[in-house]
Amino acid sequence: MSVQSLPTSNTTSSSTTGPATAGEPAPLPPKRRRQGSRIGGIALRTPFWVLSGGLAIVFLYPLIWAGVSSFAPLAGTNQTDGWGIGNYITLANYQAGIWTYIGNSLFVSLLTVVLTLVTSLLGGYAFARFRFPGKNALFLATLAILMVPYASLLIPLYVLLNMIGLSNSLVGVSLVLTMLQLPFSTFLMRVSFEAVPKELDEAAMVDGCSRFSALWRVLIPAVKPGMITVGLFAFLAAWNDFLAPLILINDSDKMTLPLAISNLRGQVQGVVDYGATEAGVVVLALPCVVLFLVLQRHYVRGFLSGAFKG
Amino acid sequence: MSSNAIKTRTAPVRRRSAQQRAEGWRGWLFAAPTAVIVVVLFVVPLLLVFQMSASDWPLLGGNKGLNVPENFTDAVANRFFWNAVGFTLLYTVITTVILLGLALGLALLVQESTRWKGFLRTAILIPSALGLASASLLFYVLYSPIAGPFAGLMNDLGFTFLGTPEGALWSTVFLIVWRYAGFYMLLMLVGLQAIPDEVYEAARIDGASRWQTFRSVTVPLLKPTIAMTMVLCITGSLLAFEQFYILTKGGPDNSTITVVQLIYSVAFQGPNNLGVAAALSVIVLAALVVINIAQIRVFNDKEPK
Repeated sequence: MSVQSLPTSNTTSSSTTGPATAGEPAPLPPKRRRQGSRIGGIALRTPFWVLSGGLAIVFLYPLIWAGVSSFAPLAGTNQTDGWGIGNYITLANYQAGIWTYIGNSLFVSLLTVVLTLVTSLLGGYAFARFRFPGKNALFLATLAILMVPYASLLIPLYVLLNMIGLSNSLVGVSLVLTMLQLPFSTFLMRVSFEAVPKELDEAAMVDGCSRFSALWRVLIPAVKPGMITVGLFAFLAAWNDFLAPLILINDSDKMTLPLAISNLRGQVQGVVDYGATEAGVVVLALPCVVLFLVLQRHYVRGFLSGAFKG
Repeated sequence: MSSNAIKTRTAPVRRRSAQQRAEGWRGWLFAAPTAVIVVVLFVVPLLLVFQMSASDWPLLGGNKGLNVPENFTDAVANRFFWNAVGFTLLYTVITTVILLGLALGLALLVQESTRWKGFLRTAILIPSALGLASASLLFYVLYSPIAGPFAGLMNDLGFTFLGTPEGALWSTVFLIVWRYAGFYMLLMLVGLQAIPDEVYEAARIDGASRWQTFRSVTVPLLKPTIAMTMVLCITGSLLAFEQFYILTKGGPDNSTITVVQLIYSVAFQGPNNLGVAAALSVIVLAALVVINIAQIRVFNDKEPK
């Protein structure tokens, strides 16, 4: 649209950090077009505003609607007249109680984040900075996790976890989720380490650091954005995962939140309590949305700088 | 170790191999957690699924001995097998075409950084933060003829979103596009960012129109990104489960059963036959490997690096 109107001398166009600075107020577009063309510009840009406004509504509406209607009155729910938190009360008293399920989900999510971070940090460092026999094979095997159907793995994993005494266990679920996160997180951490100039850790080692303390003192601060991204992705994946707990968890008081809310739908004689389901969706979605909004800049930047070199 | 860097430069070739061995050990030490997880939770189950696919293996009974090729013939003979394969392929094609096309369009739309476009990017990305299960539950209520915002409309016109096979398919496609558009848009943006500005400047100096620039500069240079997103999207769609398990429950009339749903139901709902489920898994695995290799071939042929 306005690409052609950019003065050729304008160097800021080449320094557009673009999406890397998502959410930051953009540096003011440097070209103020001549007065005469302004009206034409507005006319030209009207379709853009309509289109992009429509898009924003399509993407935001379902979320806003779910939030609002979880408080709204609806026949067949615990909130029949007037606005209020009736649906949340239903939700809170569902089976073992919502706090049990939130606790289970938090446990699985945090354990997955920690395991993923430790594994991919050490692994990414090894892949980026060392030469060792079998390195490429191991890296390819890690990436191959992506190629293998999740569901196909869960059937043997169900048997395997039974054998090693981790059946029906939240730790087992976390381990499986960590494995599923590895291709992405290992790749991202490897790329993050590779983006750090080798001279930095070489200098640290010349100064008397061991490999490990070079990693700890010099490199970790340098790859922190990558770690935040990896942690965020691991949390979102673990908090939201449905299939692993569906297959690996049997006890209803060990269920994670998505499973509990999915089961809650058909509870009362097959009649779906839509209100309580909406409240459940809000409880599920809210932490993710908040976390995403808070960490968005890190998230997008880490993503960009990571995938850049890849 | 402090003089490592210096030594490698000055040491004779003979000493280098010993050093490389030490280096290798340290490398393995750091890679050990990755290796343990990959071997125990990925390689072993992968081998196990092949063994199970060749064994009579009821859910509660454990291994009851060899059962080939019955597991595979049973798997293919399942009355939902071909329906599930056909439906999964159809769903994959629709989703991939719409999702990648839209993602590229959105990426081009929000590429420059202005305040409004930043907001737009965020709005499109927010659904990606939700889980697939949460999004499916959300749309389950949204599409409902009782509680959804379109309930009145549906009553007046006498249709429901999930009431017909086509309706259920397209409703699910919409859900998936809503959930994943931002994710793929971000991948496309990454690709667009990697295209140097000089190339665009050159095209501008040569007087290329916007469409010409897009076709002859953006698309060819974006090919690696398109290839990667395509592999991701096709793999993800072929393995669709949650959206159909939660939203349509395979209905109406078993019209929206995907292959993974079939695996799940054979293993845990009814037949409880892990052997046949494993055989189905092996078939899916083989199909995915073939499809992905074919895709990589196609993209490499078109643009040899």
